[in-house]
Amino acid sequence: MQKIYPDAKAALEGLTFDGMTVMSGGFGLCGIPEALIAALRDSGTKDLTVISNNAGVDGFGLGLLLETRQIKKMISSYVGENKEFERQYLSGELELEFNPQGTLAERIRAGGAGIPAFFTATGVGTLVAEGKEVRDFDGRDYVMETGLVADLSIVKAWKADARGNLIFRKTARNFNPMMATAGKACVVEVEEIVEVGALDPDHIHTPGIYVDRLILGTPEKRIEQRTTRKRAGSAAAGSEVG
Amino acid sequence: MPRTREQLAERAAKELQDGFYVNLGIGIPTLVANYIPDGMTVTLQSENGMLGMGPFPYEGEEDADLINAGKQTITEIPESAYFSSADSFAMIRGGHINLSILGAMEVAENGDIANWMIPGKLVKGMGGAMDLVAGVKRVVVVMDHANKHGQSKVLKECSLPLTGTAVVSRIITDLCVFDVKPDGAGLELIELAEGVTLDEVAAKTEASYTVKAGVA
Repeated sequence: MQKIYPDAKAALEGLTFDGMTVMSGGFGLCGIPEALIAALRDSGTKDLTVISNNAGVDGFGLGLLLETRQIKKMISSYVGENKEFERQYLSGELELEFNPQGTLAERIRAGGAGIPAFFTATGVGTLVAEGKEVRDFDGRDYVMETGLVADLSIVKAWKADARGNLIFRKTARNFNPMMATAGKACVVEVEEIVEVGALDPDHIHTPGIYVDRLILGTPEKRIEQRTTRKRAGSAAAGSEVG
Repeated sequence: MPRTREQLAERAAKELQDGFYVNLGIGIPTLVANYIPDGMTVTLQSENGMLGMGPFPYEGEEDADLINAGKQTITEIPESAYFSSADSFAMIRGGHINLSILGAMEVAENGDIANWMIPGKLVKGMGGAMDLVAGVKRVVVVMDHANKHGQSKVLKECSLPLTGTAVVSRIITDLCVFDVKPDGAGLELIELAEGVTLDEVAAKTEASYTVKAGVA
């Protein structure tokens, strides 16, 4: 079983169709599958429902799929940084479903774990709970949220071996591990593919069982909010802490 | 004199306790990290998947894989730990975070909070705010007492769509500090900012409240 594909285009071959649901990993532009998003754009697949915490920025990340109007609906927790998104949303071209970030993460985790629904206190008494079942457990109200699955998940990891065992790096992990479990097909973009046996089995974040196809990418890894502090000795040392 | 942004952050830092795991919201709450007292161990959580946030990096040492929930570049410290968004919100929802300090557009006298949406304006989303207010053990709001039109943000009832209901424990404003008493018992004014009078707070507060003995 060969999981390694020569490039992003080849890795998406046969997996895309109009009207499909795609999960795309990342938080802001951190840990997004850059090459796979570009390949999805190039595939021309239309009417996508995209599940992703954010919607990229103009001209980068999921912004690429917005520019080409390939996205019909987004399921996200925060979409602030994208003018084209704003334009399409305000003109009614784009549907949007907001989920609280933790609810979104758990819906994906649940979907991948075969759990159709769960109850959470998040959103009780707010717009988020409208039309959903609310149930009292031990004197507190909880709202029922359903698990999410997708036709395809596109995921960014740091390293993989040829069997698809994955390691993520720093906060680029975010939504990627859950999404890897919740796609009917899962395609992963990594920065390094190592020999089987080179990864310590105790250090693997996502076991290869979830991974169908792998590609080696060379991501640009754009930074959205470059924030720095002055070196000691310079005038205003130590401004805000992150 | 009303408190400045820095003074608000400094006052909010008094809510910290040794050993606390804390999530700080974007804006003034982020500044609270600058006022963690020396010798106190406070671990900052970032909901995109990190415990133990360090300061901003030096120029040239930014790492695109290492950001906070405001998408700013940050650094790690020796005790840092990374995890997925699902684990991050398990921590939050599961009540493992001791304290969250957040901004707000409105807070009501029963502890309701609105901080994610203004109808008729572009809505960017709630991000992790609903999970934080519902899950964290103690929620403290830091905000200006009035909005830019001079209207009270401390209200009998929120007018904006809610982020959570009866979740706020304390409100720190540029004028004063209110405790939200449990079980809908209302607000109690427990502190005035230096130079601020009870009359000034009364004139600028829509919510009803009691005044703790000794505050004047």
